[in-house]
Amino acid sequence: MQNTKTLDTLVGLFVASGIAALFFMAMQISNLSSLSDDTTYTVLARFENSGGLKVKSSVSLAGVNIGRVINISIDKETFQSIVKMQIESQYSLPDDTSASIFTAGLLGEQYISLEPGGSEDAIEPNGFIDITQSALVLEEIIGQFLVDKASE
Amino acid sequence: MIQFLQNLGNSTLSSFAKLGRSSFFLIHTLTAISGVILRPRLLLKQLFSVGVLSFLIITISGLFVGMVLGLQGFYILSDFGAEETLGVMVAASLVRELGPVVSALLFAGRAGSALTAEIGLMKATEQLSGMEMMAIDPIKRIIAPRFLAGFISMPLLSALFSSIGVMGGHIVGVGILGVDDGSYWSQMQAGLDFQDDIINGIIKSIVFGFAISWISLFEGYDAIPTSEGVSRATTRTVVNSAFTILGLDFILTALMFGDI
Repeated sequence: MQNTKTLDTLVGLFVASGIAALFFMAMQISNLSSLSDDTTYTVLARFENSGGLKVKSSVSLAGVNIGRVINISIDKETFQSIVKMQIESQYSLPDDTSASIFTAGLLGEQYISLEPGGSEDAIEPNGFIDITQSALVLEEIIGQFLVDKASE
Repeated sequence: MIQFLQNLGNSTLSSFAKLGRSSFFLIHTLTAISGVILRPRLLLKQLFSVGVLSFLIITISGLFVGMVLGLQGFYILSDFGAEETLGVMVAASLVRELGPVVSALLFAGRAGSALTAEIGLMKATEQLSGMEMMAIDPIKRIIAPRFLAGFISMPLLSALFSSIGVMGGHIVGVGILGVDDGSYWSQMQAGLDFQDDIINGIIKSIVFGFAISWISLFEGYDAIPTSEGVSRATTRTVVNSAFTILGLDFILTALMFGDI
């Protein structure tokens, strides 16, 4: 019957385009294509102040995004902030890597920038990054500037 | 005074009775769905009339909603010199809210009202009683395939709406107003999360599809079998669906994105 065939085709087209739209949303609109959970390892870093860093903020190495922040907590003894980040396992970092919190643009989001050192040994999964630089807090800088001006 | 109390009691009782009837109707329909899988041709026909015929209105509305979002978003964002973030604004508002909600409202108007009118007319012309006379369960044969079709179509239509809306925003933002193509997409991908945004949007549309199918089929099945009764049932379908969608949307948004 010709009629049922066209019906089948139209329904098939509808379902296929719906699934294509779902696929489009997953790959093109969201960040699913750039995230693969099974091939990552976690690294921790202590900061005096993690500023406006958030969960899911990006972790970049030489400007390339290689991971994400997955947890931010407080060390109850030293009152420092412990940032847990997830890094793609294809990038192994030397154990004297340093981490700094920078701001993308003037009003942009904060992110962690990693600066690899010269060590031969790679950092262990769940290991700590020892050399860190805290986020710049605008009020502190302005306060510093005013104090310097006043003492002149 | 006595008259007023009587009316109040009567309307309370009848609304509870309706709630009970609709719950039994839903349970009956859900148990009948397993029978539909054995007869895929019935489902296919309903997917055509519920899904394929709603395709055009959903895609065209999605395109225009996306284009308007691109236009309005650009004018506001360019005041702050932040027109590069147009992609995030368009995609987030479409995927989180407008896609599921607007496509559900359109779906209720396009497909839900048609379902109510169809079932109501079947009841008015005693086709449903005729089926029962022949020992064919009308819920299994008529209601369940339509319910399943609405349930399947809604997330697909909402995904289409959002995707085409994003393209519409791209046409206006990048094509006409000159936002950078690369930052449109990359800011969007950086700003939207698969789990938090896309999946939650799809869950919303599934819930809406369930609610619309339930309301429209029940209103048709419960309609007073006269031409006036069917027309009232159709009106009730559209009004109640709209209320339900907007109310559910608030609850779902509070659960998914808020900290309430």
